[in-house]
Amino acid sequence: MYVAVKGGERAIDNAHAFLAEERRGDMAVAEIGTDQIREQLRLAVNRVMAEGSLYDPDLAALAIKQARGDLIEAVFLIRAYRTTLPRLGHATPVETAQMAVTRRISATFKDAPGGQILGPTFDYTHRLLDFTLMANGEAPNAPQALTKASPVPHITTFLGRDGLIEAAQPDDTPPPDLTREPMELPASRATRLQAITRGDEGFILSLAYSTQRGYGRTHAFVGELRIGMVEVEMDIPELGFAICIGEVELTECETVNQFKGSKTEPPQFTRGYGLTFGQNERKSIAMSLVDRALRWKELGEDFTGAPAQDEEFVLMHADNVQATGFLEHIKLPHYVDFQSELELIRKLRAEAMAQNEAAE
Amino acid sequence: MIAPDTLSGGLADPATDAARAFRACLTALSRPGTIVALRGAQPPAPLSIAAGTLLLTLLDGTTPIFLAPSHDTPAVRDWITFHCGAPFAPAEEAAFALGTWAALQPVIRFAIGQPDYPDRACTLIIECPALSANGPRLRGPGIKDSAHLSLPETAAFQANRALFPLGFDAFLTAGDQLAGLPRSTIVEDI
Amino acid sequence: MDKSPQMSSPAPAPMARPDWLGLLARSRPAHLAALMPDPLPDHHLLRAPEIGAVMLRGRAGATGAPFNLGEMTVTRCSLRLSCGTVGHGYVQGRDRSHALRAAALDALLQTAEGAALQTRILTLLAAAEAEARQTRAAKAAATKVEFFTLVRGEDA
Repeated sequence: MYVAVKGGERAIDNAHAFLAEERRGDMAVAEIGTDQIREQLRLAVNRVMAEGSLYDPDLAALAIKQARGDLIEAVFLIRAYRTTLPRLGHATPVETAQMAVTRRISATFKDAPGGQILGPTFDYTHRLLDFTLMANGEAPNAPQALTKASPVPHITTFLGRDGLIEAAQPDDTPPPDLTREPMELPASRATRLQAITRGDEGFILSLAYSTQRGYGRTHAFVGELRIGMVEVEMDIPELGFAICIGEVELTECETVNQFKGSKTEPPQFTRGYGLTFGQNERKSIAMSLVDRALRWKELGEDFTGAPAQDEEFVLMHADNVQATGFLEHIKLPHYVDFQSELELIRKLRAEAMAQNEAAE
Repeated sequence: MIAPDTLSGGLADPATDAARAFRACLTALSRPGTIVALRGAQPPAPLSIAAGTLLLTLLDGTTPIFLAPSHDTPAVRDWITFHCGAPFAPAEEAAFALGTWAALQPVIRFAIGQPDYPDRACTLIIECPALSANGPRLRGPGIKDSAHLSLPETAAFQANRALFPLGFDAFLTAGDQLAGLPRSTIVEDI
Repeated sequence: MDKSPQMSSPAPAPMARPDWLGLLARSRPAHLAALMPDPLPDHHLLRAPEIGAVMLRGRAGATGAPFNLGEMTVTRCSLRLSCGTVGHGYVQGRDRSHALRAAALDALLQTAEGAALQTRILTLLAAAEAEARQTRAAKAAATKVEFFTLVRGEDA
């Protein structure tokens, strides 16, 4: 029987008020400011910007505060906000070769021109809890070294000179935008990269890990990982020339992958590519592994049935806002759906019992 | 670079004015034959006030527009570029097409959508000398019994209706007046 | 414009329009407001300050085909001074008054006042930016690895 019901308005209002109070926590403890989140929880801010697909540290910090630190909820808030913004246009592709690097390492060439710059990294820390952070706070001071501006060329350009690595063919095809047009499969590499860079870090990490464990193995080395600020340029029609409209921090990873050659390609190193907003190296490395795994068809490799090679599986499940929306909606009222299921089960049971009785 | 004198004429209060204009567009398209007022923009000639306001309301960087020869002037191009950011496109690839009825011919070249994406069709903005409730009879969704509208012709709209659910949609503009003719409307000679 | 993000000192020569527009886009709203306090010169708004998003793009493999990376917030504004000079402001973030100020300054920099404003405002903005960049580069440089060869394979 279908029963239309309404109500719950007061309960919902009170639930939201309770939520606001829980968000604030103990009033004896100082309230956290969004500027504190932006400055001191910057990697959380970076993740929300990357998966929210909107570079604005202040907004990401606000979203984290509002979401009580639930980063997927914060990503959801950012995605909802960005749909309200008019699109002013698109920038020219960022020149990562011009990046002002704060971190730049290569796992393949020790003496890379430009050097190995460790930057602000967790690597080589001992992963021991530092109780001084709980006790006194800190006023750290990083040493400085004299530096003069010197170019930091991409590592792959050296391998490319000898033809040992596949070339990234220059191409200016305008990329499809999956935030504007529904995704169509098979997808272009441009669509895949957009989907992965805004995809859930945990999902992309697990897929990348699965390729390392043998499900679509790609034999990846981190050819280069670089983090730093890049200027963003855009053509402005009313000016008639391009100007810089800001600068963003990006993490770029290029993997160099062993490749024995295929039916169509000679033996050479192949490449996977990762680029994300903010300092976000786990995501960027994972992105380049998944990018490389998804390229099996163009490189003439075999499809082994591995999840990371399966474009539809990867692209349709990478987005955590879509995933959480569909997952969490099943907790919302399904009284009517369930009523029909209940009717069906009762009917089937009655039929089964009647048959059993008839058989006896 | 855009000549400075084409930079004016945008909406004074973009959020409110565009919302009001969008409401007028919805009314026009959902009540075919209804003539509504549409103002706000001060576009360069030969653009009408209604067509200019319509462009400011519906166009952005993702909606390629085709300018028919009647409206393809440097001033109109600059004005659209500055205020809407819409790219210019050939007729076949356009999301919007702007011009007089004669200049828009042949209209069969405009996108009519695809069976799985009927929305990927062109919207024509037809600049008319005047609009009135006299002319061919209109019937169909959004029309109680029937309506009349001063269409430039009937045959082309009948052919377009035959393509339904595909086909182009049309706005008609004159001065500060707007009317809509969606692809669903049945047009009959009287 | 100068593509090098590591530009270490403000250009002594007068700055060109694309360069000052970029500098204003990256400047901190509070810094620009301090250097150019209200009231702004009389103006007519051609495009009121508007917050929007610009889609950023990367290239596959850094040099290959472009792809959409994600958006960033940008606020823009266009105005005309009473003398007729038109100014445009495009600034990163969501600060409307910052975009308005940038547009007003862009217009003023094209007038006879321009040279004085270059010295009074642009030079200071550029110096602050150069210093911040230099400090960050110096901290990164301090983390550069110096390798010491212990045993060479061919010597063993």
